[in-house]
Amino acid sequence: MLMDIERDQRRFKQIVRGRIRENLRKYITHGEMIGRKGKEVVSIPVPKLDVPRFRFGKNGSGGVGQGEGEIGQPIGKPGDDPGAAGGAGSEPGDGHFMEVEVALEELAAMLGDELELPRIEPKGTANITSEKSKYNTIRQTGPESLRHFKRTYLSALRRQISTGTYQPDDPYVVPVKSDKQYRSWNDVPKPEVNAVVIYLMDVSGSMTDDQKEIVRTEAFWIDTWLASQYQGLETRYIIHDAVAKEVDEHTFYHTRESGGTRISSAYKVCAELVKKSFPVEDWNIYCFQFSDGDNWGDDNREAFDLLSEKLLPTANLFCYGQVESPYGSGDFIEALRKQYQEHETLVLSDIRDKEGIYESIRTFLGKGK
Amino acid sequence: MPLNQLGNLTPELAAVQAEVEEYARGHGLDFFPTIFELIDADRLNEIAARGGFPTRYPHWRFGMEYEQLSKGYHYGLQKIYEMVINNDPCYAYLMRCNGLVDQKLVMAHVYGHCDFFKNNHWFSKTNRKMMDEVANHGTRIRRIMDEVGVEEVENFIDACLSIEDLIDIHAPFIQRQETKDRYDFSMEKKEKDSLESQRFEAKSYMDRFINPPEAMKKVEESTEEESPVRQLPEHPERDVMLFLLQNAPLNAWQASVLEIIRDETYYFAPQAQTKIMNEGWASYWHSTIMIRQGLTSADVVNYCDHHSGTMASSPTQLNPYKVGIELFRDIEDRWNRGAFGREYEECDDDAKRRNWNADAGLGREKIFEVRRIHNDLTFIDEFLTLEFVREHKFFRFGYDPGNDVYEIESREFPKVKQQLLESLTNRGRPLIAVVDGNYKNRGELYLEHDYSGVELQLDYARDTLENLYRLWNRPVHIQTVLEDSQAVVSFDGSDHSLKTGEPADLDDDSEDAA
Repeated sequence: MLMDIERDQRRFKQIVRGRIRENLRKYITHGEMIGRKGKEVVSIPVPKLDVPRFRFGKNGSGGVGQGEGEIGQPIGKPGDDPGAAGGAGSEPGDGHFMEVEVALEELAAMLGDELELPRIEPKGTANITSEKSKYNTIRQTGPESLRHFKRTYLSALRRQISTGTYQPDDPYVVPVKSDKQYRSWNDVPKPEVNAVVIYLMDVSGSMTDDQKEIVRTEAFWIDTWLASQYQGLETRYIIHDAVAKEVDEHTFYHTRESGGTRISSAYKVCAELVKKSFPVEDWNIYCFQFSDGDNWGDDNREAFDLLSEKLLPTANLFCYGQVESPYGSGDFIEALRKQYQEHETLVLSDIRDKEGIYESIRTFLGKGK
Repeated sequence: MPLNQLGNLTPELAAVQAEVEEYARGHGLDFFPTIFELIDADRLNEIAARGGFPTRYPHWRFGMEYEQLSKGYHYGLQKIYEMVINNDPCYAYLMRCNGLVDQKLVMAHVYGHCDFFKNNHWFSKTNRKMMDEVANHGTRIRRIMDEVGVEEVENFIDACLSIEDLIDIHAPFIQRQETKDRYDFSMEKKEKDSLESQRFEAKSYMDRFINPPEAMKKVEESTEEESPVRQLPEHPERDVMLFLLQNAPLNAWQASVLEIIRDETYYFAPQAQTKIMNEGWASYWHSTIMIRQGLTSADVVNYCDHHSGTMASSPTQLNPYKVGIELFRDIEDRWNRGAFGREYEECDDDAKRRNWNADAGLGREKIFEVRRIHNDLTFIDEFLTLEFVREHKFFRFGYDPGNDVYEIESREFPKVKQQLLESLTNRGRPLIAVVDGNYKNRGELYLEHDYSGVELQLDYARDTLENLYRLWNRPVHIQTVLEDSQAVVSFDGSDHSLKTGEPADLDDDSEDAA
């Protein structure tokens, strides 16, 4: 019997994807999907698709239940699916979410469409090679699962004919150990364009959790987009207050220091990191810096020096996002603007609040570098 | 070939089927020939997603349903034990990985359902060849999709499904409209005749003088005025789908799709109307058959585990299996003891009532009668007693907007019963009828919600109106009650509007639930 439930399923997923696409802006600004990220897919909570009908709402609704309990005792919230057999209003309308899995690559494509991002042209011919295994050779030993039947048979046949044990009217061919041939692999060098993203964040006291949330959301989308543009994407994290250090992702988002702010310290660590691990010839380097812009006054000079000499020449793109904190916004962005005016690879963006994420991603990635 | 060999049962299971069928017949169950099919969980989920019909028309919601079922199954959250289709012959699906006791239990349960399908009056008008019919529907819709495009048809199906609930569940049993033969043109002819009769016979070149056009026009106008202004619809029409079929500007394929969906809705309606009874009846029989005949001592624990799993009830949700089986047992017990009738009703002595025994022995007979004539609403109305509600600790809960929770409101018998009846009325869906198909004489559609104390959910109502507009193509309105005052929610194709009027007349909210 023909059964095309898979067709229905495909169609359903298509519709859901359409929904996500339509509401991508909302998903971009709310960090809902971070933390639901798997290796290659993200699961996105979407409101359950529903055919609208006339139905009972909550007001005045009720039902019949069974069990112990005093009068006035709460038994559940709307959305916990209370309600009796077909109870009036027993089908809660809200709070029903489905998890839909979307491949990161697909998500990146949606993001690209939505923000009209240009594809990135990798810098120069900077290639590094990685080794890929390819099954293209034959060996005498190996696991049985890789045995090459045809070759084994041929060599057994050859041996039997040459030793005269082969009888055409009784054509048994029995391979012995020395006949056996196995498939095997060679390491093939493969050119690959790699990229590294270095996130720098100010973790001084004036950056609150809300600001970090914004950074986190932006970082998610930046990663998603860049990962779709390069085969290998590395991410590194640097935090700083008055001093800077490289940390892992968790620490990056969860550290809060109370010290002052010295942006140059982060630049120094970043420059060293690039020098040590990511030679410019081999890597496309992206730096994203987030801060509330409150730098110690005398530090700007040193920071600009580092930026001009070490970072801007090496990086494909150096992005600075200034996140507005409840303590107001500093003037680092203004200082940068004044210092560099229209610099090729320096991108500045002012992120007021969550709504600003959308525009700022467009600004950062819109250059196609 | 005997029917029980048509399925793909293993010889072992076929023997079990023959055994269970024998037991069921022995108890007086009367069912259509039943075909069991043994299938994998994935396929069972596929079929379940399509409402039991593998060949149903394609639609994304089945895909969604499938996704949820199969996820639930693979995560170990839920499992479908049995599925049975009201059809002649009856089709039932068994899951391959179930144990033998489970299969036996499921078979006994299925025979209960089959008997119910065949004998319950509310199912009497359903199409017993639905398997074939649904396959035809599927083919037709696929063909339409090939012609006009998948997306367009699917969108149209979405719109139709929005008003799927708006049918008249009693219509199969009452003839509400005179069936008008679509080839009967006598009415039109008469109208034409009346005009013709005013005309004098004349040669064509004299016609202009003998029947002067001005005079004829006058005659025509006067007859037009005389003809009675017919209201559309003449009476409020609950079968909104039918009304649209007859009056909405649909083209051929659209009408065809709407009709298919209406057919299927009517087919499924009795199942929603008899959930408690149907499951109760089937559970009653699986437990009777298994306990009296089917079980070996080795299987008892397994059986009990699964039986009690089915009967589990949670505080916020009445389990139809549980309520049904207990009510049937209660009825059987009462009629066995003779605990019914005037004498019993008038007795005030609790102890005496409890130990009432007139040795009437009518229990079995009574429950067979009950399964023949009742649906959930009348079943509860007739047989839910004070004692039953107390024993099973029923309560009524309501929504408390202040705390946004559902709370236990009352354990008083009349209130509990009233609430239960209300939630069963019209399958727990709002009562809505078309009252005017030419509202304001502008061809707008005016629906009326028969308010019974529970408001409509406004956002859903609006979305539904949008879909309704796609079918009607002119502005649509629904009159309802919001926050105790009359309200009309409208959609004119681009904008929603809401008009609230004077406080509604709430005197008659103690409306008869039936």
